[in-house]
Amino acid sequence: MGNQILLSLTAGIFIGGTAGYLGSLMLSKRMALVAGPLGHLTLPGIALALLYGFNVTLGAFVFVILGIILIWLFEIKTKLPMEALTAIVFSSGVAVTFLFLPIEQAETALVGDISRVTPSEAVISVIVASFLFFVLKKMYSGMVLVNISEDLAKSEGMNVRKYNLVYLVLIAIIVALGVRMVGGLLTAALVAIPASAARNISGKLAHYAFGAMIIGAISSLFGIVFAEISELPSGPLIILVNTFIFLISVVFKR
Amino acid sequence: MNIIQAMRANDFVLKVKNLKVRIDSENIIDNLSFQVKSGDVITILGPNGAGKTVLLRTLLGLLPHEGEIEWKSGIKLGYVPQRLPFIKDIPLSVNDFFTLKKSYEKETKDILNSVGFKEDFLKKKIGDLSSGQFQRILIAWALVRNPQVLLFDEPTTGIDISGEETVYNLLARLKQERNLTILLVTHDLSVVFKFSTDVICLNKHLVCHGPPQKALTPESLRQLFGEEVKFYQHRHD
Repeated sequence: MGNQILLSLTAGIFIGGTAGYLGSLMLSKRMALVAGPLGHLTLPGIALALLYGFNVTLGAFVFVILGIILIWLFEIKTKLPMEALTAIVFSSGVAVTFLFLPIEQAETALVGDISRVTPSEAVISVIVASFLFFVLKKMYSGMVLVNISEDLAKSEGMNVRKYNLVYLVLIAIIVALGVRMVGGLLTAALVAIPASAARNISGKLAHYAFGAMIIGAISSLFGIVFAEISELPSGPLIILVNTFIFLISVVFKR
Repeated sequence: MNIIQAMRANDFVLKVKNLKVRIDSENIIDNLSFQVKSGDVITILGPNGAGKTVLLRTLLGLLPHEGEIEWKSGIKLGYVPQRLPFIKDIPLSVNDFFTLKKSYEKETKDILNSVGFKEDFLKKKIGDLSSGQFQRILIAWALVRNPQVLLFDEPTTGIDISGEETVYNLLARLKQERNLTILLVTHDLSVVFKFSTDVICLNKHLVCHGPPQKALTPESLRQLFGEEVKFYQHRHD
């Protein structure tokens, strides 16, 4: 039991911290809510993984990528707003999932379960999250400039398409990792809440970015510990610790 | 070609020939040709929707186009956009904003000084600046790494200029100090007359071109802004 909680904590802190860090970029592009629908897109993948007993993160990742490609193709073809297309694709995903996922397994898909993470899953989560962190750190200031103005970034000679593509792939990966922890319904919160809280209390970029990362990591830590003590599900508790920190940040808003 | 002509030809910073820009199958700029010499201040004048900003962005290489745009080789451009609506989404200090362009603190301080700010401005939050201050910061940002040409897009909304020096006086001073060539989008006729060596009047196609006193006739202004406009002048004070 002691080993299990260490595994959960390690995976949770790495995923939560990286999600918070990436979220600090997504907030700036009014993209934080996109992670929500993308989280829903993972549901058919999670359902398949649960039914056939393979890795949930892998199933989730494949379906997020599939969803993004679908949305992108529809956008080129129809020129409908991205939000509308995202809604169409993700609600279809949810609908398909509940046609064939047994109800007793629905909870894991919807609100996640980091407390039963296996050693190999934990190792993969740590490696992937660390890799994401280093890619993000290297591209962070470029991504901030792209988010502020693609024109300015291009006039600085930056390859904006490359940045946008990497950005999208990073989002897909973090959603797939986050789904293991808090489920398809709650992934948006993992990226949106830490960044929002950090923004309330930051006056400069470094405080904001690392603040979001630390808030994400701390929320996972306490959420998992509280879950262990209370025997309530960890996913919702992680989100609620995030919410609590956000409320504190509102009080101390600069 | 005699020697003087050859020297002049060498002095060209930009040559534009038969430029066409189409956005969503609408011709925004049609068959535009002009040249810019080193040290010129070119104003680009025209009504809303005339393609002024599109022209500036095309010259920067941001939009697909037909025709020729030839910058003098190796020349560095600085771009001052009209506005940056998303910048306030992120908590950025002035110093952070300059770091995005890899400007080191020493260089940033010098540039801030040259647009009239003291060092303590480095720590200010971008979101807390007035629009006039932000305008200056954008100009300063464009000046990082000493460009020879400045492309300046005037905001459509008025700027509060509470300081001693207007943005145009600032640009005029920077031009002298740094030997800049300037291309400037404006709606303001007084800026055109006071400040520019040449004006490009644009309303999808070229309406007039040349030194303002010659190019801006009642006839060309009518073509540019429509019948009802007899004289069109803003005050910026």
